[in-house]
Amino acid sequence: MSGTGILATVRFMLTRDLLLAVRRMSDVLITLLFFVIVVSLFPLGVGTDMDTLRKIAPGIVWVAALLASMLALGRLFGEDFADGTLEQLILTPQPLALLVLGKVAAHWLVTGIPLVLMAPLLGLQYDLPTHALGTLVLSLLVGTPVLSLIGAIGAALTLGLRGGGVLISLLVLPLYVPILIFGAGVVDAGISGMNTEAHFWLLSAFLVIALVLTPPATAAALRISIE
Amino acid sequence: MAINWFKYSSPASFYPVVDKSIPWFMGAAILLTIAGLYLSFFTTPDVLQDQKEYYRIIFIHVPAAWMSMWLYVIMAAWAAVGLIFNTRLSFMMATAIAPTGAVFTFLALWTGSFWGRTSWGTWWDWDPRLTFELILLFLFIGYMALYAAIDDPRRADRAAALLALVGVFCVPIIYYSVQCPDPNSLNCRALHQTSSLRSIESSILTSMMVMTLAYWMYSFAVIFMRLRSMMLEREKGSDWVRDLLGDTH
Repeated sequence: MSGTGILATVRFMLTRDLLLAVRRMSDVLITLLFFVIVVSLFPLGVGTDMDTLRKIAPGIVWVAALLASMLALGRLFGEDFADGTLEQLILTPQPLALLVLGKVAAHWLVTGIPLVLMAPLLGLQYDLPTHALGTLVLSLLVGTPVLSLIGAIGAALTLGLRGGGVLISLLVLPLYVPILIFGAGVVDAGISGMNTEAHFWLLSAFLVIALVLTPPATAAALRISIE
Repeated sequence: MAINWFKYSSPASFYPVVDKSIPWFMGAAILLTIAGLYLSFFTTPDVLQDQKEYYRIIFIHVPAAWMSMWLYVIMAAWAAVGLIFNTRLSFMMATAIAPTGAVFTFLALWTGSFWGRTSWGTWWDWDPRLTFELILLFLFIGYMALYAAIDDPRRADRAAALLALVGVFCVPIIYYSVQCPDPNSLNCRALHQTSSLRSIESSILTSMMVMTLAYWMYSFAVIFMRLRSMMLEREKGSDWVRDLLGDTH
């Protein structure tokens, strides 16, 4: 590689995207607000019986996090595609997969982390016990980056398409299923005081696999969409 | 002797093969379906003994579920061939398979629902295999939706192919996760019985295999029909299509 190391490549992309996001904070807040509103709507729909709410809380919070992170995917490559930056990035000598990794990392820091931090507060709305709140935060911390990584493939494939926003949900949501099952499952196990270690190993395994395999797939998808 | 592996990878040389084989596959599908239905309704024993006939749903249901999974794998395989060798026909093949795969997935779900109503007393249960089949249906639909959303056929081919590959990689993980949602417990929950292929009576097995063969023939027939029109549409500017249409019109 021409003089730039792997870390430097990822860091360059990361700092650039973070800087862009910080200068437009409203985008970040919209995703977070969507998450809060969706979670807050459920008790109004299913009734405010606390026993029921406690039971459905892990699933609700996780599905809402899933939807929120999916809705944010449109901005992952959208603006860079519109102003031509993406084409220039593909032409650089640096491996596209690493640039993608940097972009996804920045995207997760901006859209994923706020969800993780907001989750315990929403858990309180559902009367989750304190020890389960910790499990909820930890599960989202390990799980949401996987969502961003997998979602990046969908975002790259639907770049510049009519109705791309709805289409991406069709492509990406079925692939989110394992994360949802084990992410919500670990909180369930945490509430009932069972051992949560196995869940976390599985979620971490998904994260490692996704970290290695999705950036090349996303890079391939970007090349297909741009050419 | 050198074998030309790519002889039939061009639409011009594969078109006559497809065109000629469709009636044969269709005929075989019809005959085998009639034979399979006859065998499954009149020669198989009444395994439930109390005159309940609903178990015969399995002759439609099980082969359909098998087909749905095979067709997804085959679709992904053609998508991979297309991406690796850059052969247009492989992409067309993958795209032609998708609707048939979706139909079989839907058929498996639909007949399974009838089975569930009579046997388990419910139209739907979040049983792992049902859930998995439903997700498989979503994957097929996602593939078709992505393909339909892209106007440029070259990009549509490659984007959908990549999606199929990502999907086929995720399928085992999805299957595992719906099968064993609780990694702490050793026995995974399942309302479905496990495979009993080795222990069932031979007449039931024969009927099931004949039905499966009928489904294969049907799949070949309709996939080739779809492929035929795709080839003509995609290649309408080329000489061989002009020659062909000139002959018939």
